[in-house]
Amino acid sequence: MPAIEGRPRPAPIATSKPFWDALKEEKVRLQRCGDCEAWVYYPRRRCPSCLSAALEWRQVSGRGRIYSWTIGRQATHPAFGADVPQLLAMVELDEGVRLTTTIVNAEPTDLVVGRLVEPVFEHGEDGMTLLQFQPVAGSG
Amino acid sequence: MGLRGDAAIVGMFEYRPERKYGGERVFMLEQWADLAAGALADAGLRSCDVNGLVCANIRESEQFVPSTVAEYLGWRVNFAERVDLGGATPIGMVWRAAAAIELGLCDVVVCAAPSRPTPSLPPNQPRAWSPFGASSNIMGSPQAEFDIPYGNIAQNCGYAMIANRYGAEFGYDPRATAKIAADQRTNACANPDAVFFGQPITIEDVLASKMVADPLHVLEIVMPCAGGAAVVVASKEVARRCRKRPVYVTGFGEHLMHKSPTYSPDLLHTPIGPAAEQAFGMAAIKRSDVDAVQLYDCYTITVLMSIEDSGFCAKGEGMSFVAAHDLTYRGDFPVNTHGGQLGFGQPGLAGGFTQVTEAVRQVRGEAGGHQVPGCEVVYCSGTGGIMSEQTALIVQGG
Ligand SMILES: [Zn+2]
Repeated sequence: MPAIEGRPRPAPIATSKPFWDALKEEKVRLQRCGDCEAWVYYPRRRCPSCLSAALEWRQVSGRGRIYSWTIGRQATHPAFGADVPQLLAMVELDEGVRLTTTIVNAEPTDLVVGRLVEPVFEHGEDGMTLLQFQPVAGSG
Repeated sequence: MGLRGDAAIVGMFEYRPERKYGGERVFMLEQWADLAAGALADAGLRSCDVNGLVCANIRESEQFVPSTVAEYLGWRVNFAERVDLGGATPIGMVWRAAAAIELGLCDVVVCAAPSRPTPSLPPNQPRAWSPFGASSNIMGSPQAEFDIPYGNIAQNCGYAMIANRYGAEFGYDPRATAKIAADQRTNACANPDAVFFGQPITIEDVLASKMVADPLHVLEIVMPCAGGAAVVVASKEVARRCRKRPVYVTGFGEHLMHKSPTYSPDLLHTPIGPAAEQAFGMAAIKRSDVDAVQLYDCYTITVLMSIEDSGFCAKGEGMSFVAAHDLTYRGDFPVNTHGGQLGFGQPGLAGGFTQVTEAVRQVRGEAGGHQVPGCEVVYCSGTGGIMSEQTALIVQGG
């Protein structure tokens, strides 16, 4: 298990708990709007496309593509000093939503816009699981 | 729609930017008083003429800032605003002041952003300072829950990801973004007040400088410093009896889209687009009427995309536009004639004021060695967060 000492960690709220609970079971769950059919990330109380409250949780594959990336050559915060160079990315899931994440099991040269990625579930010793991604083998 | 152009910037005062501030440390309310006094003196107005104020955050109070400022300076005002738009705040202050004046609510409004270091506090005093900078790590904040745990904190990485996405869609020319930094440094070298006065750089120097967050080199990233600024905005009736040439506010725009760029509906069409469109429409002028542009420049990519999205060239052609034009004060497309925040310095929240004060200086003809000859129309932009919120301003001589 990776050390999380001193790191800022997510503090789930009632609205987002199903998302974090699913990650613990190595599943990715997103909200979908029952009225306008928009996929929603991050979890919200109402749909940001139409403000409907009819949001339903759906399991998705978690696969997507690197939308953009950067390499933190100096720590973005002292707590992440051991991770430098930090492989930071925005990933766009197949459903079209984007999320902030880190790319693991990869070299800096693997960071390419459009690269196919799949989820990696990082279980922390505090019981929280972060959603990271790795390049899909054989994709370029 | 919008302003008639009846309000003008009539006074301004700016602390010289300093990378290592060694002067007296006073609280932000005290700096507010000094800055306001300086700007009113520049205008030739008295403190009792003031009937409006626009402020931002101050260290001494998390809330009730306008009344705290009014009480401290001894002002009774009909209009008080607190603007919370990060680097877009100063332009946000100026247009709000101009709009309030045109509504007839007031006729002399002081806007200020003190940004010098304040006295260090004894350990038992509460402090609001956050180690997460512009990101909120308070529970319930989406950034605290979905961005910060991944190490995505503060500005460098967000702007770097915007730059890389731009490169994937439109192509990226590192020499073009480096040229922005080098040309602005040429301007800084013509401005004795700039923190990088006397230190010219070349495109090669920028490209050889340390990579901080790919593709951003350290010389493409703004230089934080101490400083601060205030401006006085007044009605044209008041402007006629002021000491200096009035600089009229003829157009503005403001647009907000996201907090974290991850959740932006469109990362590559920045909020300055609709803001600029509104500003030019309001002022009823063309892009080609502009004599100089002062573009918020926290990073070189911000300048590049602001040139494009403000409509000075077609989308996706910013790199070749920059390569083809001389961006210095003596060039064919003068950008950030004071050196920009990259060359002049970024005095905290007052960083965005440097674009406004330079516009005023240019229209007044007070820019000395970096004066653009016959400068009558200036376009300014402000940027807060990570291309999250942007403001546009057009000022003109009367
Ligand atoms: Zn909806």
